[in-house]
Amino acid sequence: MDINKIGHHISSHYNVELEDIRNSVLKMGGIVERQIELAALSFTSYDMEIAEQVIQQDDFVNRLEKQIDQACTEILAKRQPAAFDLRLLLSVIRTINDLERIGDEATKIAEMAIHLSDTEGKTRNEEYYEIQHLAELVMKMLRGALDAFARLNVESAVSITGQDAMVDREYGSIIRQMVARMMEDPRNVRRTLDVLWTARALERIGDHACNICEHVIYMVKGEDVRHMSHEELERKIQGS
Amino acid sequence: MLDLDALTQDKKPQGMAQEEVCIKVHNLNLFYGDQQALYGIDMHIPRQKVTAYIGPSGCGKSTLLRCINRMNDLVDNVRIDGTILLDDENIYAKSVNVAALRRRVGMVFQKPNPFPKSIYENVAYGLRIQGINDRRTLDETVEEALRGAALWDEVKDRLHDNALGMSGGQQQRLVIARAIAIEPEVLLLDEPASALDPISTLKIEELINELKEKYTIVIVTHNMQQAARVSDYTAFMYMGKLIEFDNTSHLFTNPSKKQTEDYITGRYG
Repeated sequence: MDINKIGHHISSHYNVELEDIRNSVLKMGGIVERQIELAALSFTSYDMEIAEQVIQQDDFVNRLEKQIDQACTEILAKRQPAAFDLRLLLSVIRTINDLERIGDEATKIAEMAIHLSDTEGKTRNEEYYEIQHLAELVMKMLRGALDAFARLNVESAVSITGQDAMVDREYGSIIRQMVARMMEDPRNVRRTLDVLWTARALERIGDHACNICEHVIYMVKGEDVRHMSHEELERKIQGS
Repeated sequence: MLDLDALTQDKKPQGMAQEEVCIKVHNLNLFYGDQQALYGIDMHIPRQKVTAYIGPSGCGKSTLLRCINRMNDLVDNVRIDGTILLDDENIYAKSVNVAALRRRVGMVFQKPNPFPKSIYENVAYGLRIQGINDRRTLDETVEEALRGAALWDEVKDRLHDNALGMSGGQQQRLVIARAIAIEPEVLLLDEPASALDPISTLKIEELINELKEKYTIVIVTHNMQQAARVSDYTAFMYMGKLIEFDNTSHLFTNPSKKQTEDYITGRYG
């Protein structure tokens, strides 16, 4: 799929509108990506200033979502897009919804970091290594998903959806560790739950990144690949 | 670091109140004999924007458009009261020279109507009747007007061919070139693309979008989608009344009046 396809309408204004929307999605993606990075950092480093920053950024993300949504609505009403243009707009509307939810998850992590520092004080703990690792995994997925969106790259979108299994494994292993910790000493329960919620938020971010990849596949190929296993998805794309 | 505030600033189109007004229509009533065709129209048409009139057949949109360069004067039995101010000057005042007014307010019709002359002479016509015959001035103006109408590249090698040999879409752009050659302030377009195929239509629409940099454009169209694509402001008319006049994005996504909503969603009638 040729990225320049977007810019070939007789109406140059239409080209600009679609390009603006695409760029805004990528900007929104960039902000959300940074939000996760900072949220994970605030969690592992106990830096409450950073956590506050993440929470504040959520407002921008929400505003961007509404703004892009409005721009899509106007194009739908005014230009009656068809074929690729229509799929592009539908994919954008779905993608920004996922990005906004990712922003919410990052905000939850930051809130968890603040809560944890209230209960633990300034003493550092060792178990956040796994959280850091999980955060890196899902950030990589999101970055890849946004890249696939920017380049209309189906192959990399398919490969990213395959990485979700790894995220699920990491998440499972964190759960097991935390259960063991709670059984060791009930005084750990509250703190351990915060860690669990954080792991859960990261796992959800991975799911949203996969959704974005599915939107990219729909946009480029016109195939609805939601609710499929990774293997089914690969077969479908190879077959098409 | 990204400037987040700048990124999320409202980019909504301006409301009517912020626009500079070019034409003020005030309490305009028009009668064809006993039959009233326009009822108390009040509207401010913004400068260097595209304003579209939409509405079902017979709603008065073409009639209203024709009032702006006094084309209705040519119709028998027409009576008009109310005022239309172009740059704060009443175009229906007795002192107004109608020919001079029509030089300021150009018009393009539904069917392309080039003269049976060469492409060059069609565009130069308006200048010639003003007594301009200097070759260089004419050459320059013809080229500029044809470029302005996005036609130059297609016709530059056959300027002296008969205009009637052009395609419909080209003829319509030629007529627009002829209208802009005399540098009007306002361009009235009465269904300019309804006789054209979809690609020629999109070319005309793109042209309209370029022309608004220099001219105030008022367009009548049966094609609602065209109004949505091409205009900044849209007026919905029904039975000779102006029902709603608003920013096009707003009118097509969230109209204030039920009648407008019914019409644009195909529930009318």
